[in-house]
Amino acid sequence: MERTPKIVIEHLNFTYDDGTESLLDVSSTIYANEITVIFGPAGGGKSTLLRVINRLNDLAAGKSMTGRVLLDGQDIYAKEVDVTALRRKVGIVFAQPQPLPLSLRANIEYGPRLAGVRDKQKLDQLVEQSLTQAALWDEVKDRLNDSGYALSGGQQQRLCLARVLALEPEVILMDEPMSGLDPLSTAKIEDSMQQLKQLYTIVIAPHNIQQAARVADNAAFFLQGRLIEEGTGKQLFTKPKDKRTEDYIMGRFG
Amino acid sequence: MSRFAIQRLGIGFLVLVTIAVIVPIVLVVGTIVVQGLAAINGEFLFSAPRNGMREGGIWPAIVGTFWLTIGTAIFSVPLGVAIAIYLSEYARDNRFTRMIRLAIINLAGVPSIVYGLFGLGLFVLALGFGSSILAGSLTLSIMTLPVIISTAEEALRSVPQSFRTVSISLGGTKWQTIRKVVLPNALPGIITGVILGLERAAGETAPILFTVAAFYLPTLPDSLLDKSMALPYHLFVISTQVPGMPLQLQFGTALVLMAFVLSMTLIATIIRSYYRRKRVW
Amino acid sequence: MNASITEHKRTSLAEFAAERLIRGSGIMAIVFVFLIFAFLLREGLPAFTEVPLDNLFSARWYPIEEYYGILPLIFGSLVVTIGAAIIAMPIGLLTAIFIAEIAPRWLREILKPLIEVVAGIPSVVLGFFGVVILSSLVRETLNLPTGLTAFTGSVILAYMALPTIVSVAEDALDAVPRSYRDAALALGATKWQTIWMVTVKAGKSGILTAMMLGIGRAIGETMAVLMVTGNAARVALEPGALFMPVRTMTATIAAEMGEVAQGSAHFHVLFAIGIVLFVITFLVNLVASFAIFRQSKRSARLLS
Repeated sequence: MERTPKIVIEHLNFTYDDGTESLLDVSSTIYANEITVIFGPAGGGKSTLLRVINRLNDLAAGKSMTGRVLLDGQDIYAKEVDVTALRRKVGIVFAQPQPLPLSLRANIEYGPRLAGVRDKQKLDQLVEQSLTQAALWDEVKDRLNDSGYALSGGQQQRLCLARVLALEPEVILMDEPMSGLDPLSTAKIEDSMQQLKQLYTIVIAPHNIQQAARVADNAAFFLQGRLIEEGTGKQLFTKPKDKRTEDYIMGRFG
Repeated sequence: MSRFAIQRLGIGFLVLVTIAVIVPIVLVVGTIVVQGLAAINGEFLFSAPRNGMREGGIWPAIVGTFWLTIGTAIFSVPLGVAIAIYLSEYARDNRFTRMIRLAIINLAGVPSIVYGLFGLGLFVLALGFGSSILAGSLTLSIMTLPVIISTAEEALRSVPQSFRTVSISLGGTKWQTIRKVVLPNALPGIITGVILGLERAAGETAPILFTVAAFYLPTLPDSLLDKSMALPYHLFVISTQVPGMPLQLQFGTALVLMAFVLSMTLIATIIRSYYRRKRVW
Repeated sequence: MNASITEHKRTSLAEFAAERLIRGSGIMAIVFVFLIFAFLLREGLPAFTEVPLDNLFSARWYPIEEYYGILPLIFGSLVVTIGAAIIAMPIGLLTAIFIAEIAPRWLREILKPLIEVVAGIPSVVLGFFGVVILSSLVRETLNLPTGLTAFTGSVILAYMALPTIVSVAEDALDAVPRSYRDAALALGATKWQTIWMVTVKAGKSGILTAMMLGIGRAIGETMAVLMVTGNAARVALEPGALFMPVRTMTATIAAEMGEVAQGSAHFHVLFAIGIVLFVITFLVNLVASFAIFRQSKRSARLLS
């Protein structure tokens, strides 16, 4: 199958002034319609990389960055880029499920409404479609006006996924999205990811190696801000080339 | 004497002191309520004073205080909330921000009579508003700002940071995030702060002495540029400047003013505790 | 939604305007402080040229005969404020200790709002209470010719300063880490010893802030003082000064501004008194706020 590069990262250096997590000379390519796993010990730069890709790092005070990040060939840090349009195109799901204090429906409609979607039918259709994709529709279709907080943790996280899907994005970033979830919810989300990659490009930083190995089409191993090794999931998790990758996968550190 | 005997004596002393603080509070409030209730009736509340204020009611003063409070709200709420939003959402920790904070601390400490002088100098004389509801409202607004700013800022800051991040990550601009997520969730706290600020404005006398207050004006104000009576000033006048003033009317006026102000505190407290219990985060 | 990320780059006009307004409003707080000071100077500075300095700093305030000595007024403010501080500081601290360290939770929930009620009572109401009840009480119990004295003012002011002192000091005591107390108790100190030797010591800068804020409130208070202190301008450096009528700076402005001709020397002198008041409270608040800043820096250091 022909692989289409979706995101190209060129010589990315990123540091926070307070010395927490940084990225050092990272270059990589993320392909469309695949699940790319970035993994490694905490503090290795995974979250930072995800936040660089949709420019959530713009919010952080005290940082410096060099290098380029291209989405479909367009430098996302270029002056003419509309950051809000970028963030709609590159959605993110956080580690902690974080519904807004609104109804389920309003949570899903939040992004589209900000983007200017007013048509009631279009919104209804987005709500149903995204909740279905996130494998939550059957559980909540009769109580869309309940608070987002009325759901269980696993349901809340699927709500957050649905909220991103309602933006009809092209790339979905997931930052340890299953870290606090029960196995059933995890399985549901992993299942839906396999469906979703037909439509989207997925970049995920899983919270454990088993999950990384389960879902990865491609994988990249990060250690202390450096990209140590990347390759297909199969290759990286069975025959890693770098000793450090092997040690980490075998559980010798981390 | 053993250490424990000293401790028992000491704690006993603290209890006495605390009682000495509490008892007068109860006495003051209790006396005014009991004595004042005797004066309260329809005529007292809803008619104008007569016979050099020694008879009749306090309706013009109630109306004046009502309009002053509304006027104060109109000026101070938008500005106070805007400054609070600036401090909580936009300001970085730099010298300029520290100067703003210092300015607010000092505004909070300026004596109320100095606000009166300022209002006289700027609004009454320099801007030519004369002694009027407009000049008084503007003076009271500036005095009220620090209370509104600090409580509103606290309310804004108590909205979890993650809500902002989520909104931004869903393609919201900063302003959309503030308007759709931060402000609605901070609203109960902001309303509480606004009520507390206005309560102070409603009870103040010194800032309105030379900027609005009419000694004895049995008619109701027609416009923003009219002078007006006001409850606190009326109480001051009838308790110190009018010989032969019936004590009952004085207590009645004190009760109405105190009830007006303390009921605002009560409303603010109820709003705060209701939303504290209701909120999910 | 497949538009390119560069296509729609635009800022809505409403959003632009809102952000501008908010950024602009921040500076208004500074502008107001300057405006207040500027207008006090504008109307107050002429006093220093219109009235000879030896008149201005004399001990005689009698504006009808053009005696504008402000010393008795400063003296009056000092006597009343110091009197209030002597009453309110120990009582306030002890009450704060009782509430923070000894009272059971349910009692605390009753006492705190009760004390805050006083903060909500308008000063003119307390002044009224002072005139009709407290002053006759003072006159009869102390056997004085009049109950409208500096002391009466001090008592009322003390109660007005109490809510500030109690709540700020109580916060300061509350902020002392539990572990300090536990350590002292573990070493065999009684609760009473722990309170004085550990908790109060550790909360000292917050307690100092409480005192300063309380005093700042007392100096600037106008109406209650105007109503209950008897308004006699004199410098009486005698032991009984506290039990005689005095006149404070604030009361003088409040009582006389309504009757002076705009632009007269008397008018300007009243504004000059405003300058003195503004500067004093500015300094008091500056000191109090530095104490607050120091405290927050320390707690930040402890946390990191």
